[in-house]
Amino acid sequence: MKKINIIIALLLSATFVMAQEKGSVLIKNGTVLTVTNGTLENTDVLIRDGKISKIGKGLSTPSGAKTIDANGMYVMPGIIDAHSHLALDAVNEATNPVTAEVWVGDALDPLDVGIYQALAGGVTAAHSMHGSANAIGGQCETVKFRYGEIDPDKMRMAGAPRTIKFALGENPTRVHGGGNGILPRTRMGVEHVIRSSFQQAKEYMEAWDSYNAGKGKKGFKGKAPAYDLRMETLADILKGNIIIHCHSYRADEIYMLMQVCEDFGIDKLVFQHVNEGFKVAPELAKWGAGASIFADWWAYKFEVYYSTAYNAAILTKNGVTTSINSDSGELIRHLYHEAAKSQKYGGLTDDEALSLITINPAKQLGIADRVGSLEEGKEGDVAIFNNHPLSIYAIPMMTIVDGIVRFDRENDADDMRIYPDPEEKIDVTHWQAEDHDRCMQNTEFLFTDK
Amino acid sequence: MIKNIKNILILALILTTGLVFGQIPSAESGTFALTNATIETITNGTIQNGTLIISDGKIAEVGTNVSIPQGAKTIDCSGMTIYPGMIDGGTQIGLVEVSSDPRTRDNSEIGDVIPHIQALTAVNPSSTIHPVTRVNGVTTALTMPSGGLFPGTAALINLHGYTPDQMFAGFKGVVMNFPATGRRGRWDRRSEEDIKKAAEKNLKKLNDVWAKAIQYHKIDSATGGKDQPYYPEMEALMPVVRGEMKLLVNVNAANDIKAALKWIEEKGADAILCGVSEGWRVAEEIAESKIPVVTGPVLSNPTRSYDRYDRPYANAGAMQKAGVKVAIRTNEVENVRNLPFHAGFAAAYGMGKEEALKAITIVPAEIFGVSDMYGSIEKGKVANLFVASGDPFETRTQIKYVFIDGWNIPMVSRHTQLYEEYLNRAPGVEK
Repeated sequence: MKKINIIIALLLSATFVMAQEKGSVLIKNGTVLTVTNGTLENTDVLIRDGKISKIGKGLSTPSGAKTIDANGMYVMPGIIDAHSHLALDAVNEATNPVTAEVWVGDALDPLDVGIYQALAGGVTAAHSMHGSANAIGGQCETVKFRYGEIDPDKMRMAGAPRTIKFALGENPTRVHGGGNGILPRTRMGVEHVIRSSFQQAKEYMEAWDSYNAGKGKKGFKGKAPAYDLRMETLADILKGNIIIHCHSYRADEIYMLMQVCEDFGIDKLVFQHVNEGFKVAPELAKWGAGASIFADWWAYKFEVYYSTAYNAAILTKNGVTTSINSDSGELIRHLYHEAAKSQKYGGLTDDEALSLITINPAKQLGIADRVGSLEEGKEGDVAIFNNHPLSIYAIPMMTIVDGIVRFDRENDADDMRIYPDPEEKIDVTHWQAEDHDRCMQNTEFLFTDK
Repeated sequence: MIKNIKNILILALILTTGLVFGQIPSAESGTFALTNATIETITNGTIQNGTLIISDGKIAEVGTNVSIPQGAKTIDCSGMTIYPGMIDGGTQIGLVEVSSDPRTRDNSEIGDVIPHIQALTAVNPSSTIHPVTRVNGVTTALTMPSGGLFPGTAALINLHGYTPDQMFAGFKGVVMNFPATGRRGRWDRRSEEDIKKAAEKNLKKLNDVWAKAIQYHKIDSATGGKDQPYYPEMEALMPVVRGEMKLLVNVNAANDIKAALKWIEEKGADAILCGVSEGWRVAEEIAESKIPVVTGPVLSNPTRSYDRYDRPYANAGAMQKAGVKVAIRTNEVENVRNLPFHAGFAAAYGMGKEEALKAITIVPAEIFGVSDMYGSIEKGKVANLFVASGDPFETRTQIKYVFIDGWNIPMVSRHTQLYEEYLNRAPGVEK
């Protein structure tokens, strides 16, 4: 009986894998903004079985493929948001300054209508992150916006590198030192929490290494160290298997983490928000750390009071791999406009500005070999606009993920919820920016004052 | 030696520009001639190759056949366009500095019925946010207190001046938060019954306050104000019930808008609807009422999860097309500088460039009763204007000059100062 159950389960999971949809589509006669290989006029992009198979002129439609007339339209790589909390049921495990063992991938919500609203802004992939309550937060998930699929597993971008959220400054010190009365209460304490965690992980790793080296040998009497998921995760950071994405604002704390990572031989580091990144741009460039920033948000808390909207330009011109993110269900709807602000503030070129929301976030997530530009062999993630995407008059018309049209302005219904909320009896109307600082979601109970 | 001279020169340059202390240089007054410009007057079409004279804080002349007064500082605006200063019809600018820090928040006072609380009193002329905002061409903003039923009196301010009075732009209105039905958000876990009760209670309270204010006005009229006991809240509401002062009614959900329209008609209040995020649902009714609207933020999410994704972008245009007089606001503080982008999205999603530009210039000026001074480029109006490299809605457009009350505003803000200092930081990695 049990065997039959297992067989049924196996069959079911096999069908799920097969149902993973990949489409074929020919996008004809668009202005193709490849981002990495310039702009191509009157050019076709052919996606076959979810991958870009050909970019060129006068391509013919393979049988079974859909054709999209992009005459007069702009075709760009699907936008990638390196900092989002969409598609998540839970954001912060704010119970300890170190929670490396938790993973937002256990709380994916494919029904979030915010995913569709982001698709309507040309976004095809996002880094769904743990919040910023803890110095070392939980692990994050890189998702593709395959809206319409109801299996959480289908949201995952399978094969994308593991990432983890770190946080410096006011948020972890407010939650733990302020809210819970435990270390860290200051930026000094944050450094200590991170340093000592890495040290413990190093010792844990060495204990396992010596156990593993000895256990086969004759006369070995040692016992296996106790398995600890938190230490396993931290050890994976030390081994270079996980990219750190660190919430940070002030130049001093950014500088601190670079030094700590260097001391522990860690070289995969991206700073998030990093409002004062411009102050240590030469150091970031030399170290090789990425910066994922807001286009122009500032002054919403003291640690971002000394900000500048020229951050993207200063970082880019200093050679830092820079992206513009949303951290918001609202900003994610117009990241193309946020990227254009780097032209107002600092005069970046079109390709530099577009890189901020395509190839650069892809690099920061370790997926630049698969997405982030329009190149043959890459995945079929495309956004189509009626005007140049850096123009204020640009309207996203269609968004394609793995060759499947997931947003179609002309043909989609108004109500795109997958399941209506059965508890929604009285209409919810939210006109306040509810998701401002979603980084701190699930910690509100700690503060009488937001 | 050469290095020393260079250092002295650099130091002198830094001192004269005030960069060392992060100060914003003073604005410059006088007579200015802006020549060879394209001039978008808003109310009288576009003037090509025109000249605009600023004198005594006013637009002294505008046209193609204008003589330049002696001593005027001439600014060549070839290839550039002059627009009237943008007006944000609803913000909390000047009242809030760092929103997460209660010590820097002066927007919300204790009390439910406190219309006498004056926003203008707490406008901080030295806010870092003013220069950041005005160098983007936003010269004027309505700043509004927030909180309970009557949270205070809003004031229209220009974003330059050293006292609140120097900033005041001639309009005040009493703010009212119309009792909201429905849930306030996903976090609102009240039962249906509790929500209904709360709304009814608030509406009753509103009507009681209004009735009292009318009573107060009657006694005041009968006695000429003699021996009236001091009721500051009634004193503040009196001009409103008399129809001498505008009532700024914050309302968003469709049903609430309908209820507010009915209430305003019953009371005969001289009202402006603010927020109105679901205006598109009841656009015909609003148009019929002839009550003007200040709507926004445009850059926001749909109010209901089942609504079409672009409703917030299309809302202003939908109301305007139905015949509503619509101005656009950001409802922001440190992001008021993004007003042209809110208008730009409204333009792209149905409102069109021309109407969207009006919605942040002449229309708010008309709604606030200050169109004799602001909102267009016309002879005799206050010289609130900016000179742009192109379409002010386009993200990449550069604003070259800004004038407020005829003052030539330095194009410097914390954001530009940090850019200057850090673009090529010295010392770099090596000291």
